[in-house]
Amino acid sequence: MRYDVLVVGAGPAGLSAAIRLKTSSQAAGKDISVCVIEKGAEVGSHILSGNVLETKALDELIPEWKDDPDCPIKVKVTSDSFRVLASPTWSLPLPTPPTMHNKGKNYVVSLSEVTRWLAKRAEALGVEIYSGFAGKNLLYNWDGVVEGVATNDFGIAKSGHHKSNFAPGVDLRARVTLLAEGCRGSLSEEVISRFGLRQAAGAQHQTYALGIKEVWQVPEAQHKPGTVVHTVGYPASHGTYGGGFIYHMADQRVALGYVIGLDYDNPLINTFQEFQRWKQHPVVRKHIEGGTCLQYGARTLNEGGLQSIPKLSFPGGALVGCSAGFLNVPKIKGTHTAMMSGLAAGEAAFRQLTSDKAPAKGPVDMSTYEEALKRSWVWEELTAVRNIRPGFRAGLIPGLLHAAVDAYILRGKEPWTLRHGRPDHEHLKPLSAAPAPPAYPKPDGVVSFDLNTSLYRSGTNHDHDQPSHLKIKDGGAFERSNLPHYGGPETRYCPAGVYEYRPDQHGRQKLHVNAQNCLHCKACDIKDPGRNIKWTVPEGGQGPSYTAM
Amino acid sequence: MKVLVAIKRVIDYAVPVRVRPDKAGVEALLPKLSMNPFCEIALEEAVRLKERGVAAEVVAVSVGPPHFQDTLRTALAMGADRAVHVPLTAEVVALQAAAAAGGGEGGAGAGGAAAAASSESPLQPLGVARVLAALAGREGAGLVLLGKQAIDDDCNQTGQMLAGLLGWPQATFASKLELELGGKGSGGGAAAAAAAARVTREVDGGLEVLSLPLPAVVTADLRLNTPRFVTLPAMMRAKKRPIESAPLESLGLSPADVAPALALLRVEEPPARAAGTRVGGVEELVRRLREEARVL
Repeated sequence: MRYDVLVVGAGPAGLSAAIRLKTSSQAAGKDISVCVIEKGAEVGSHILSGNVLETKALDELIPEWKDDPDCPIKVKVTSDSFRVLASPTWSLPLPTPPTMHNKGKNYVVSLSEVTRWLAKRAEALGVEIYSGFAGKNLLYNWDGVVEGVATNDFGIAKSGHHKSNFAPGVDLRARVTLLAEGCRGSLSEEVISRFGLRQAAGAQHQTYALGIKEVWQVPEAQHKPGTVVHTVGYPASHGTYGGGFIYHMADQRVALGYVIGLDYDNPLINTFQEFQRWKQHPVVRKHIEGGTCLQYGARTLNEGGLQSIPKLSFPGGALVGCSAGFLNVPKIKGTHTAMMSGLAAGEAAFRQLTSDKAPAKGPVDMSTYEEALKRSWVWEELTAVRNIRPGFRAGLIPGLLHAAVDAYILRGKEPWTLRHGRPDHEHLKPLSAAPAPPAYPKPDGVVSFDLNTSLYRSGTNHDHDQPSHLKIKDGGAFERSNLPHYGGPETRYCPAGVYEYRPDQHGRQKLHVNAQNCLHCKACDIKDPGRNIKWTVPEGGQGPSYTAM
Repeated sequence: MKVLVAIKRVIDYAVPVRVRPDKAGVEALLPKLSMNPFCEIALEEAVRLKERGVAAEVVAVSVGPPHFQDTLRTALAMGADRAVHVPLTAEVVALQAAAAAGGGEGGAGAGGAAAAASSESPLQPLGVARVLAALAGREGAGLVLLGKQAIDDDCNQTGQMLAGLLGWPQATFASKLELELGGKGSGGGAAAAAAAARVTREVDGGLEVLSLPLPAVVTADLRLNTPRFVTLPAMMRAKKRPIESAPLESLGLSPADVAPALALLRVEEPPARAAGTRVGGVEELVRRLREEARVL
């Protein structure tokens, strides 16, 4: 199967690239074939984001978006508030930082709904979108140039043999392959490493955070569409970067979540429980008390900003969206920059494929995409905020003070660029040096719940009889090192309860991987101290079923 | 021989559901829809019959709202030759019934309109069976395969009612289907009349093997087969194929024929089960069964 352009991932970045390719090529009277593959069962199934959307990129991609009655971008932000939770029971307000002024400008949306709408528009333009098919391997030609992607096989049993309904994957070849897999995409990590894209750009490693989110349906009396609340402080301790968000969407729904920087050092932190603790704070619980939790999910996000952006093009393709890492951390927005990068990549690919100097077949040079992006507002915006997140390495209060100085006075014009510390997986302190275990209260069944109940609400499901998609490189490392030295942190940072230790018949603790629970968040790929877990794609069409996240 | 397969689009089996706050029904927490698993199994069996050369054509049919066409596309990708969609929504029934009532129809039309105007799902077994009967006649099907039941209403009635309406033999809960083509019938079109189906059924007491002359209705149970995955090339080809739309009038049916006859009054959650308790031993168990549960 051959296409001009193959996009891996039907998220905002991938779909923006596809839409731009078609609008530009149709305007020029040229025909460019575009195929998008998506590992979720439907477009939007694996998308999770706050989300308060800045429509800068959408305005350029689809200028007439407001006239589309199906467009789910309707609720404008009506109020912004920023609070420091100083203890489990009280808080104090702070002035809203300049980067967080959303009122009257931006929209509270569900990104699952937005991507579904973008997909409809893309299909109307002739983009072929196939969901339920995951990009498993990159295809390389003899010269080492990326030529496309092979999709996963279906019907392989846990033992490895082929089941009766085995269906082999398919090679999708394209002149340009755009990787739009989101944060820590499996194929994206492969190209970054294989082509040395970070070294080529002089970039640092990427740093990450884990966001855990729920969508609730609340009684009408406590629902005010357009309300935006951000919190910092409790339950994060001083050295941990963490904060929460509460956004009131349409249809009496409230989205809320807690984001924790994955550079935390206390091995006894349980990310799921941190989220439950946060929900019990009076500032948070008043929004959702009396309501029903509809969906639960989790996903990692990039925090590295400008310092961590790798070289964006590689032989045969380019990285778009969070696969590269354009999230503006102080704004906690990455959708507008992701869409702009997709738009720029789509435009660059169109020009390269249709230029008179282009070869008749074979790959084209995508470096013009990076040049265009560097001249755009995306780079300007990320440059201005590049020092804010690294400032929090010194702790919450110094970080806030530094952020205030940077945002109000320096405005990013300072000549220095702060560097990130060690990579996230190197931060964990051993048990012997760990601070006291945090006090996690039992779930109250009203606003906080146990893990299994929450997981049920993600709709995550994988065929049990398939090889585990979480590849453990060194089998013994968990029993040898993770458990005795760090207390088995994977049992605490995974928001889906995938990893657990159970005694075997000799009474020794052994690691069990419940791969079917996986939410595809990639936290384990990032945080395991021994770097022994490699996240790969399971059979397509499985995993979470987010519809309003 | 032509095989007709009936397909329904339902809430995906893995999605959590809850009783609606107004107790008027059940709603999915995540509106993810897919092909009813038993319909998938029926379709897989039909496609296998075609691959074995026993069936000449597999026609997938779906009766329901417009979005059911997505599942028909999956049916085409799995190997169906043609797909037919019969549009049927509460609005369609109400509109057509109103038109018929406006034309001076009698009580049956008006009664149908009243029932359809409620928020009932118009897809009830008897109405769907009538549509399928009309289609089976139009297509000249030799075998109609259905799933044993839909996982949203668990009715387990459509196949049986269809057989009754057509006057055909039926074999339900099939776990194995074998066709014996006689081939001694008179002429090409009547070849089906000489054939028989040998169906193994899963019943409460064990397995029952039936022989039924064709044409017949067979409903599929879980262990009939394991459906194939839809491959990407098949999905790509299926996206370009047309789906025939067959409105009720084209099949000689009126809204009264498909109007819901049953109204759902109330849905309640089952009473919460009390937690179990551990007993110390057999004596305590017997004592408690005798004195507290009073079953001994």
